[in-house]
Amino acid sequence: MNGLLLPTSGTVTVDGMDTRDPSLLTEIRRRVGFVFQNPDNQLVGTTVEEDIAFGPENLGMSPDSIRESVRFAMRVTGLEGLAGRPPHTLSGGQKQLLAIAGALAMKTECLVLDEPTSMLGPAGRRSVLNLLRKLRENLNLTLVLVTHFMEEAVFADRILLVDGGRIVMDGAPAEVFGSGSRISSVGLELPGPAELAGRLRAYGLDLPDPVLTLDDLVTCLCRL
Amino acid sequence: MPVIIFDQVWHAYSGGTPFETVSLCGLNLEVIEGDLVGLVGLPGSGKSTVLKHLNGLLQPDRGRVLVDGADTRDKKVRKNLWMKVGLVFQYPEKQFFEETVYREVSFGPRNLGLAEPEIDRRVTEALAMVGLDRPGMQQLSPFRLSGGEQRRVALASVLALKPRILALDEPTAGIDPASRKKFFQGLKKLRDDHGITVVMASHNMDDVAALADRVVVLNKGQAVLAGPAGKVFADFAAIRGAGLELPFPCEVIDRLNESGFGIEGAPLTTEAAAEEIYDRLRDKNYGSGDGRTF
Repeated sequence: MNGLLLPTSGTVTVDGMDTRDPSLLTEIRRRVGFVFQNPDNQLVGTTVEEDIAFGPENLGMSPDSIRESVRFAMRVTGLEGLAGRPPHTLSGGQKQLLAIAGALAMKTECLVLDEPTSMLGPAGRRSVLNLLRKLRENLNLTLVLVTHFMEEAVFADRILLVDGGRIVMDGAPAEVFGSGSRISSVGLELPGPAELAGRLRAYGLDLPDPVLTLDDLVTCLCRL
Repeated sequence: MPVIIFDQVWHAYSGGTPFETVSLCGLNLEVIEGDLVGLVGLPGSGKSTVLKHLNGLLQPDRGRVLVDGADTRDKKVRKNLWMKVGLVFQYPEKQFFEETVYREVSFGPRNLGLAEPEIDRRVTEALAMVGLDRPGMQQLSPFRLSGGEQRRVALASVLALKPRILALDEPTAGIDPASRKKFFQGLKKLRDDHGITVVMASHNMDDVAALADRVVVLNKGQAVLAGPAGKVFADFAAIRGAGLELPFPCEVIDRLNESGFGIEGAPLTTEAAAEEIYDRLRDKNYGSGDGRTF
């Protein structure tokens, strides 16, 4: 999605720009920010502030607008208090917030995250997910989240279920996690609330199909 | 007698320097032979430090650790401890260095000074234990396997030493759900078929609930809760007090009880939770006599 890999055949376009055109790559990569799975593999600066500034500096932005972008990114991600800290002293969750901040400082329009929480503890996971939710609500940003955790996928507008290089299902969470779901055939599991609701429906309880969140499940069960 | 005993164990990293960080604070812990024990706690609670004490990589500053009754502070005891206690680190596949799965898994047994036929047998056995016994597997490069398979090769290379105790640090972090399931089935088999004692550190409460016989909750270097999984997870307040989340099935029950469901106990699987909820609703609706049937 940002031209790190190119198609062997077929085309990938970002905002109409073909990723195979080398002259467009810089612009494509500004628009599409990437956050990797391992937080330690993507931090370059000696302090949080410098690390965030790395992208804008490379775009050749003016010092003033770099400063402004960095401040903006730190404010959004809540890293203001850590500006002078060396990145290696941050927790895993904070490192992922920092990687996201680096992309935001480049005024990225689309953020691609490759299992950003799979190496984090519960608290780190929560902080990253809370930020993603905030980004979606407050900034006009397209998010592509790659994840094994169905509880994370539930909050998406659209889910693509991928197996063996093909898209197996494409739809809203309610479709993808409904009773016709092919999720188990690709080795994944339903979100906890959907699985539990499915078992209760099998007992004959009158529950919607699917129930996606714990809040919804509790509400439905209290009505019975 | 328990196979592992921690008796008032204290441990600090960088002791005696300004960077001293106390990790274990008078920890008491016992593990019964053949149990599958889940070690849970926040990052920094001391989980990894406990595991490293099991095979003598770390020793207590104060107190003692007994493995099979032998004190790990004794150098002679430590000399043989690595054969008895297999430690699987976090992301063990990062430690791969051999060209083939066979060479990777045979590294340990070869260092034991075993004869070639015995090494062969151990490699084949260990790979079978983790479900990687398909033809040709031994000649593949470990680096070309999937993440889940790599994790199982790493486990096999420790199992080839035939440890009686297996210590695992976050063994399923970063691998996909299907591989996780296979990995856990492998662990259960080790316990059931080979009587291996398993101590597993994890922050995934759902995994620990579904898998462990007994659970130890660590908080700031002390065991704040220990016992059978059903009992430990039933203490919702104490689990949360240690900064942890409840396993999903318990979380559901807790939320429903807030709305007056009055379900007792702590189901450890989604299946068990469904049963509890169904029973409760049936009682409630029969009891109220509104004639609703399910």
